[in-house]
Amino acid sequence: MPDAKRPEFTAEQLDEVRRLQGLYPDKQGALLPVLRLAQDVFGYVSLQIEEYVAGLFEMSPAHVHEVVTFYTLFFQQPPGRHVVSVCHNLSCHLLGAKSIVDHLTQRLGVEVGETTSDGRVTLLTVECLCACEQAPMMQVDDRYEGLLTPEKVDRILEGLL
Amino acid sequence: MSVPVTVEKIFTRNFDRPGSHTLGVYRETGGYTALPKALGMEPAAITEEVKQSNLRGLGGAAFPTGMKWSFIPKGSTAPKYLVINADEGEPGTFKDRYLLERDPHALIEGMIIAARAIDSHTGFVYIRGEYVRPWEIFSGAVKEAYDAGLLGRNIQGSGFDFDIVVHRGAGAYICGEETGLLSSLEGKKGWPKIKPPFPAIKGAFGQPTIVNNVETIAAVPHIINRGAAWFAGLGTKTQGGTRLYSVSGHVVKPGVVETSVSVTLRSLIYDHCGGIPGGRRLKAVVPGGSSAPILTADEIDVTMDADGLKAAGTMIGSAGVIVMDETVSIPEALMVVARFYAHESCGQCTPCRESTGWIYKISHRIVEGKGRKDDLDTILDVAKRGAGTTICAFYDGAVGPYVSYIEKFREEFEALIPRDA
Repeated sequence: MPDAKRPEFTAEQLDEVRRLQGLYPDKQGALLPVLRLAQDVFGYVSLQIEEYVAGLFEMSPAHVHEVVTFYTLFFQQPPGRHVVSVCHNLSCHLLGAKSIVDHLTQRLGVEVGETTSDGRVTLLTVECLCACEQAPMMQVDDRYEGLLTPEKVDRILEGLL
Repeated sequence: MSVPVTVEKIFTRNFDRPGSHTLGVYRETGGYTALPKALGMEPAAITEEVKQSNLRGLGGAAFPTGMKWSFIPKGSTAPKYLVINADEGEPGTFKDRYLLERDPHALIEGMIIAARAIDSHTGFVYIRGEYVRPWEIFSGAVKEAYDAGLLGRNIQGSGFDFDIVVHRGAGAYICGEETGLLSSLEGKKGWPKIKPPFPAIKGAFGQPTIVNNVETIAAVPHIINRGAAWFAGLGTKTQGGTRLYSVSGHVVKPGVVETSVSVTLRSLIYDHCGGIPGGRRLKAVVPGGSSAPILTADEIDVTMDADGLKAAGTMIGSAGVIVMDETVSIPEALMVVARFYAHESCGQCTPCRESTGWIYKISHRIVEGKGRKDDLDTILDVAKRGAGTTICAFYDGAVGPYVSYIEKFREEFEALIPRDA
């Protein structure tokens, strides 16, 4: 993965930045999509990336920082190779979200908000992911996993390398 | 158990059909037949048809859709935007995810028709960042529509141009609030904006904008195809149609239920969703997403339309129904909900930023058995004082559960507070 401390997009990625900027009446509309692109490329959004992206939008790094810190999906530190986000909102709470979180903290040996020492998994709790019909549920990277039991959680963890 | 009244399925008619997200299957079942009809209508006639249908916003506020469209300034030559709120985030709600994944072309067709009505040539669909699969499927449907000449320039030779930009959020409940969504779409943190000016006058990028929910717009092709009177006749006097209820929590069959907006909450729980598991008793229901005041088991003979729930002192909101059986601790439920509002407050308005944080702390200490004897009155006082004092409806949405959980289940809270506290 390219160095997040010395960020630079490739020519192809810069084309994508310009394409995204062209979709909006004001190119600033593309800030969230471009930050997502940066995170996909560099793994997280470092302060250096904030400055770099600010340059691409001719805006202040402070504005980019304000945006990055407002949203939950931008990581300011490198997360683990996989991110497991357990919903702990009402419907999942009613159907045992806490036992799922407890099971994960015990299996992974980390607290919520931490990453395993081998860098494999970051464990988070999140607010409603709007899949309450599958409660208790969690998001594993891009996938939703629902109707969780401790056994199902174990099987999912085994698949995370 | 009574048998649920059979209501024609509109939104969900294709949900179980393989490939329902594809253009081919959508067309086989009458898809894109409303479009040529609408392209041949005067824009004002489309808006009038939607007005007559009694379609009301299905994202939360239940505002009459046709009336909203009519707020776009007449004769304005400014660019106008149609923005779809697919930032589904209200706890207990999941129906827009189903629509994006299983009937994306209904949204696209509805968008083109709505755009024609408000003279917009660019639409944005703001999809919550966590919705990866819905985003992939919807984006695929948009591409199919472009390839088939249903989007872009001179749609079906009508001379009407319309483009759709699919925009992804980055994780923030407040961006489901329409002006917070617009701030986010403009590349800022999702802070709501003071109204007026309303988005119809000054919205996205400073231009006249209509923000509608996914389900609301997905209803539009059906209204154009089958007429306003038909749609209005499916509902109550003040709200037309069927709608999608997201039912979760302690029911035998959780899921999306499509039925008339005149259904009662009791029928929804017992007839449509199989009742409470394990023969346990019902304790309480949140009828319209977590911001809706809670109802007790004795209060479920209400109709699930906007006005029916308003009369019952709560709200239909996003129609996310969360069912709680007799084993549920209401103080714990309040703590969970309070944690959510504390986490999601955008921090712009002082009453909301401060109260949501403190009320979460107080609710937490009550659950831990460390409550103080004034705590319940403090929450009620703080909640009620702040209501109506903030820029957007977020804090009022938090006040709904704060006040109703405590007022309706006060003894349960008091039992947790030490007598000598």
